Amino acid sequence: MVIKETGGVKRMNICVTASGEGLDSKVDPRFGRCSYFVIYDPETRRVESVSNAAAFASGGTGIKAAEIIANAGVDVLLTGTVGPNAFSIFSELGINVQVGVKGTVQEAIRQYEAGELQSLQSPNSTPGFGMRKGNGMGKGMKGGGVGRGIDRDN
Amino acid sequence: MKIAIASGKGGTGKTTVSLNLALSLSDVQLFDCDVEEPNCNLFLGFDLEKVEDVVCPVPVINQEKCSICRQCSDFCRYNALAALPDRVLFFPSLCHGCGGCAVLCSEKAIQESQRSLGVIEKAKGESSPEFYRGLLNIGETMTSSVIKTLKKYIDDRKTAILDAPPGTACPVIASIGDVDYCVLVTESTPFGFHDLRLAVDVVRSLKVPFGVIINRWGLGDSRVEEYCKAEGIPILLKIPNDLKIAELYSRGIPFVREMPEWNEKFLGMFEAIKLQLADTEEART
Repeated sequence: MVIKETGGVKRMNICVTASGEGLDSKVDPRFGRCSYFVIYDPETRRVESVSNAAAFASGGTGIKAAEIIANAGVDVLLTGTVGPNAFSIFSELGINVQVGVKGTVQEAIRQYEAGELQSLQSPNSTPGFGMRKGNGMGKGMKGGGVGRGIDRDN
Repeated sequence: MKIAIASGKGGTGKTTVSLNLALSLSDVQLFDCDVEEPNCNLFLGFDLEKVEDVVCPVPVINQEKCSICRQCSDFCRYNALAALPDRVLFFPSLCHGCGGCAVLCSEKAIQESQRSLGVIEKAKGESSPEFYRGLLNIGETMTSSVIKTLKKYIDDRKTAILDAPPGTACPVIASIGDVDYCVLVTESTPFGFHDLRLAVDVVRSLKVPFGVIINRWGLGDSRVEEYCKAEGIPILLKIPNDLKIAELYSRGIPFVREMPEWNEKFLGMFEAIKLQLADTEEART
């Protein structure tokens, strides 16, 4: 995990995938297709909401979304499902991914701090998964899930 | 002349029609464009040989030259490149090989390499019909590239029959996009009818003249016939829901081989298609 040294104080940014802005919005367990990334710094209590520009991409959404949060300096990601492409980026950068979020962003951060979330060791979704509506999110599917490949061809 | 055999719904009889039509004509080429699962040769049993590797150009990034300017990753509409804080990562399976990243790179940090997508195969020696097929690598999604490469082997002096993949998505467009005529094979069931209408929308958008074959005729109801009548769509052929045809299929035998009366029906359909095309041409001028 990357822990930044800022003026001698160890800082760590936590990112929660959410359906809206701010700490009171609901979490969205779909990593690549969530609407917002709410980034929280526990030291300064600063909250920043970044719109997910990748949410409506036809393909490669996880890659683009992972690129956004990697460049936002996130160290811990709290979400529900992550596909193989995004997961490989997090592994490369040492971003700690925790899954099993419920409720609001604030509650997810509390769940993380209380050690109630699970650290993700391998991808738990497939490309195109977030495209599905009512996909039984948060049921703890392991490797694979129910994803359907989206047609990336031209 | 290029004739594509397509359908909305899968399993309606595209391969059956393609094979039997090709076997009824002379001086004909047959192309299996269903490159994800080409099955024509199950019925033909030809010895095949590879005639071409289908490849896609992909970028190789020299991380030492790369300044992480993000131009390549911002440009890539398929999101195959991720510009991370300390390097650019490439995801080959998403790359469509447009080459834009290499053109844009101001540091000249991107070289091109090649990624294999599949192969084109041909029946060895002289065969009747002359047979070609594409075969997409397992796990690969660049279906249309293989189909487009396969279609380079069409000889304009001959009649080309193209067995298209099912559905209405990109591989179908790649298969039927530039043909002279499209035969839509359907069955008069709720699913067959629903997907036929989707397929009709596609061929109309592409402005490809078309007609319909009702397979397993007698099954289901009359809704396909009523629809075609109302829309002015010619019904080219009705293939009955016949036990003998089904049995021959299950043994891997195109039914014209055992039921020679069908040779004439397919030949008649071919003549009807030519007439329809002549009429369309006349109406245009």
